[in-house]
Amino acid sequence: MRLYQITTLMAALVIHVSPSSVQAQAPAPPTNLEVTDHPWDGGKQIDLSWDLSPDDAELLRYEIYKAVAQTGPIPQKPPKFEQVDSVPAGTTSFTVDGVPFQVEMMVRDLEPHRTLFTDPPLPENQKKRLKLKVGYVFQVVAIARNGSRSTALATTAPFTPTMQWFEGSRFYFSFMTLIICGAVVFWIYRAKKGRPIKVRKIAGLEAVDEAVGRATEMGRSVLFIPGIQDINEIQTIAGLTILARVAKTAAAYGAKVEVPTSKSLVMTTARETVQAAFLEAGRPDAYNKDLIYYVTDEQFGYVAYLQGMMVREKPATCFYMGAFFAESLILAETGNSIGAIQIAGTAMPAQLPFFVAACDYTLIGEEFFAASAYLSGEPEQLGSLKGQDVGKVVVAILLLVGVLMATLGVIFDNQALLKAVAYLKETILT
Amino acid sequence: MKRNVPLLLAIIAGFVMIVAFFIPYTVSWGEDVSIWFDILASIAFILGGGNLLKVHLKKVSDQAKGWGYSIITIVAFLVMLFVGLTKLGVNPNPQFPGHGHWAGQYNEVGSPFYWLFESVFKPLQATIFAMLAFYVASAAFRAFRAKNMEAILLLATAFFILLGRTAAGVFLTDFIPEESGYSGLRLENITVFIMDVFNTAGHRAIMIGVALGTASVSLKILLGVDRSYLGSGEG
Repeated sequence: MRLYQITTLMAALVIHVSPSSVQAQAPAPPTNLEVTDHPWDGGKQIDLSWDLSPDDAELLRYEIYKAVAQTGPIPQKPPKFEQVDSVPAGTTSFTVDGVPFQVEMMVRDLEPHRTLFTDPPLPENQKKRLKLKVGYVFQVVAIARNGSRSTALATTAPFTPTMQWFEGSRFYFSFMTLIICGAVVFWIYRAKKGRPIKVRKIAGLEAVDEAVGRATEMGRSVLFIPGIQDINEIQTIAGLTILARVAKTAAAYGAKVEVPTSKSLVMTTARETVQAAFLEAGRPDAYNKDLIYYVTDEQFGYVAYLQGMMVREKPATCFYMGAFFAESLILAETGNSIGAIQIAGTAMPAQLPFFVAACDYTLIGEEFFAASAYLSGEPEQLGSLKGQDVGKVVVAILLLVGVLMATLGVIFDNQALLKAVAYLKETILT
Repeated sequence: MKRNVPLLLAIIAGFVMIVAFFIPYTVSWGEDVSIWFDILASIAFILGGGNLLKVHLKKVSDQAKGWGYSIITIVAFLVMLFVGLTKLGVNPNPQFPGHGHWAGQYNEVGSPFYWLFESVFKPLQATIFAMLAFYVASAAFRAFRAKNMEAILLLATAFFILLGRTAAGVFLTDFIPEESGYSGLRLENITVFIMDVFNTAGHRAIMIGVALGTASVSLKILLGVDRSYLGSGEG
């Protein structure tokens, strides 16, 4: 009995320490690792591909590592590999783009309730983007379900990413931009040639003159708020084009226009706009630059000022034209409480319901951008609206084709159609 | 001249940004344009601060309506500026010995600037933001009055959404088993359906219009067709 026990114990020890048994537990590494430059990019991506490990069925994932290659005549320290990402078993390719995956994984692990959408964007300086003219070496390691790791499959020579002259991932975007911009230019050209353009009436813009007239009759001011974004925001510029018309009408009627801004550059631009509008109306003497002034960059500081000012001075008309966030309803409700006629315009979808609920007229998204053309009445500007319609036709066709393909693909379980839908969504429309 | 130079600058900057978006070799040009904008915006801060002082000092001097608030504004502005610029109460940075408190962080925890920001500015900001809850209630009350067919639809939709997102909504339709074919009639699921289908469709329609409008306005500015933001359509 004792002899049997000792023999068994010794056999177990031999099996445990035997190198061949360790080798048997570790999965075989993948083979044939190939490195190629990612086509049509700015030199920030490298494509890796490999053949599956013979033990792929037993694997959990493949881990991908990269290191800056050590170059020079004198042998240096071995490259310091860092993990780039991991892909599930069965995967044979990966594109290294230098964006660290660890942050994403940490957020998911520590705070599973958070989605990627709410994660703060990674600052550019924390992204370890691949660099041009730098050689990289890569490794792929197979990880088995029991946690054991294969030996690393490494690249033999350093690989340097190269920059192409065109960003290929934006090819379809550039194509659509060309179609839409081409249509806009074409219709501007046709309008210039004298072709009449019919534009539907926009109630909010028709009411501009009436609203300024009301302020004049009541002897109160017109308040114009150009949003809380800076002049590099297209909505702010669209708002200022409406300010030009409001100021011109106010100059003609002899009304006072007050423009408190939350950005200094918007203040200087608005001053130019209003001054030129008064000049155009033949009332340059009536222009008062002190009515266009800077308040503060802080969102709620700006709102607090505006609320106080509205309650104290009770402007007869309030215009909210630009990019707005949480302050939209606070401002519109304050304006409503003082009985002002209110016209709002914004392209922020989340704020539109608030403006619709609290204002007399609201320019919704596209109408807001059409305001300048509509108010100017100039044929070439109106032509641009017609060009936008071509864009809508393109979008409608894409929508219909996509919906039809997706529906038929699901009904008939047609993989080709479903792949086409995926290509449309992930490549053409991304 | 006064209008043509800014127009030319806007056109050049706009085209550089477009080219940089598509051609990797010119990405640094786009970054340069952004840096120039940041420089301009930084200079404009001084302009803004000067304008703020001028406007409010004039209000105080004229004793215009609400001039007392202008005094508070001026005092708050100057105090914050002084405390921040002089780095009052900031500890020296051991990494840069010999530079005294000037090497420290202006917003160091426990410094007067930090205290002013955390104990005065942030509560004030939160107060204004909190008012939103009351304004939502008053705006909803007005918007949900069943005046016409559209308002009735809005009211009904809002009713389902609000109820479906509360514990009461879940409780009311709890008798419908989650696994049954009728689980879509549970209030919380109706809410999700309305938000995912009707709301998303409407949202996307607006976004498509916005995208086309943005492209059109940008193009008009780049081509110099729309110059009204510079003051006049006459150029």
